[in-house]
Amino acid sequence: MNFQLFLQNLANGISLGSLYALIAIGYTMVYGILRFINFAHGEIIMLATYFVYFGILIFSMPWWLAFIFSIILTSLLGMGIEKVAYKPLRDSPRISILISAIGVSFLIQNLSLVIFGGRPKAFCQPSIFTKMVTFGNVKITSITFITPIIAGILLYFVTYLVNNTKTGMAMRATAKDFDTAKLMGIDIDKIISLTFTLGSALAAVGGIMWGLRYPQIHPFIGTMPGLKCFIAAVVGGIGNIPGAVLGGFMLGIMEIMLVAFLPGLTGYRDAFAFVLLIIILLVRPTGILGEKIAEKV
Amino acid sequence: MLKVKDLNIRYGGIHAVRGISFEVSEGEIVAMIGANGAGKSSTLRAICGLVKPEKGSSINFLGKDLTSAETNQIVRQGITMVPEGRRVFPDLTVRENLILGSYFRKDPQGIKEDMDWVYEIFPRLKERREQLAGTLSGGEQQMLALGRALMSRPKLLMMDEPSLGLAPILVKEIFEILKDIHKQGVTMLLIEQNARMALQLAHYGYVLETGSIILEGTGEELAISEMVKKAYLGE
Ligand SMILES: Nc1ncnc2c1ncn2[C@@H]1O[C@H](COP(=O)(O)OP(=O)(O)OP(=O)(O)O)[C@@H](O)[C@H]1O
Ligand SMILES: [Mg+2]
Repeated sequence: MNFQLFLQNLANGISLGSLYALIAIGYTMVYGILRFINFAHGEIIMLATYFVYFGILIFSMPWWLAFIFSIILTSLLGMGIEKVAYKPLRDSPRISILISAIGVSFLIQNLSLVIFGGRPKAFCQPSIFTKMVTFGNVKITSITFITPIIAGILLYFVTYLVNNTKTGMAMRATAKDFDTAKLMGIDIDKIISLTFTLGSALAAVGGIMWGLRYPQIHPFIGTMPGLKCFIAAVVGGIGNIPGAVLGGFMLGIMEIMLVAFLPGLTGYRDAFAFVLLIIILLVRPTGILGEKIAEKV
Repeated sequence: MLKVKDLNIRYGGIHAVRGISFEVSEGEIVAMIGANGAGKSSTLRAICGLVKPEKGSSINFLGKDLTSAETNQIVRQGITMVPEGRRVFPDLTVRENLILGSYFRKDPQGIKEDMDWVYEIFPRLKERREQLAGTLSGGEQQMLALGRALMSRPKLLMMDEPSLGLAPILVKEIFEILKDIHKQGVTMLLIEQNARMALQLAHYGYVLETGSIILEGTGEELAISEMVKKAYLGE
């Protein structure tokens, strides 16, 4: 392994990591506000790729329009899922809403299997994303460096929204205490809905970039990135946005490096994320940046 | 201003508030006293829409029926509450807590004026404006909760035990401040365990016992009533 190869893998790891970070934010924001893991988040990723596919196939959209179309549709879908499957359970025990999430996940997966069929479909590959680019003597595909740029812009936007705007304050207030947030005149239904919409939009972007990276889509394509990003969120400290970003990057970089340095373990690539999860949970149950007291008053 | 009629609140099998009726007139300070579990907090929470009262209850504010309105709508009508136990947002700064108090207002100039006003009333909050609210002392948190409520420029300010857990000298200070705020035209409905202070301040008072109003009268009348003296003033 020479230095050039190392840099190449690092770039790849950062790229994958930024993609994980985008998706992990959706888990962590929803957990922060409703204290449950939205297991349907992986299916959101999968549907985003199919929306692009059908946007191009049925409506003959140019790829960029299909991307926008997919992001909008996916956001609305995330919002809709919250309204139908989670909102009615808001005052029920957390376990009910969690089970509902698992139900939604299975429902979407199997419905997709029926509607889209099980045979993998080819995701679009606009040449702008597949070009080889060289930085010095490091050669990577353009998607590898476009992904972290787009992810970086979006992560900045979300962080700014949450930390510096009134809406962001309302989100943080709602995450801490529903009743008192209501007393401030905050419409918490709207804030929760916004959280899902935003998380789903980010997941859509993540899904599209996933499709560009691994251009074969099928109804179960969301499961693995979904699980890994859930792990990234937990490793970083669930409920904490910088934590999700950190967890995403850690997981992405470590995963790529594992494959690069220990090619014999390539087959264990996906298992690695779970090993990391177990280790982190044993050493630091709240995750790296997790709050000490995660209980809601 | 506020008219509550036949208010009934049940939690499962517990009949916490049993058909009480009372009024708060504009410009008044009204106190409600009563032992633990009498139903005081439940009453205030029902007025702000945080608990749904039983059918047949009626809550009317400035001629509008608020019985089944949502909390965020009720707050927009000009009612605000300082909840029991302060409930500041611990990981938001003092300034952010205050801004949230004015969340639904659309007049930046007025918000700025009110922020200055709150900082004038509570200079300690101004000194600590960038500090996380969770790191404030109990007394400072009470000031913040009160300041945050004022940021909505309320017509009716409801307070659930503002003196809870405060040193006597601070209780006095808070009550002085309440007097000042009242002079600026804010009507108040105050719940207190500290009956002596509350009845001194209030124009009118109600005594609540196991969900029913058992006595009402002006602050002075209640303060000299044998029953109140015995049960709440420890005389
Ligand atoms: N969410 C709830 N679920 C079930 N019972 C409740 C709930 N909230 C209040 N209660 C019950 O209703 C009764 C009245 O409670 P409330 O909090 O209104 O009393 P309070 O007068 O404010 O008492 P304190 O002075 O101790 O604050 C109590 O018996 C209490 O246990
Ligand atoms: Mg109470």
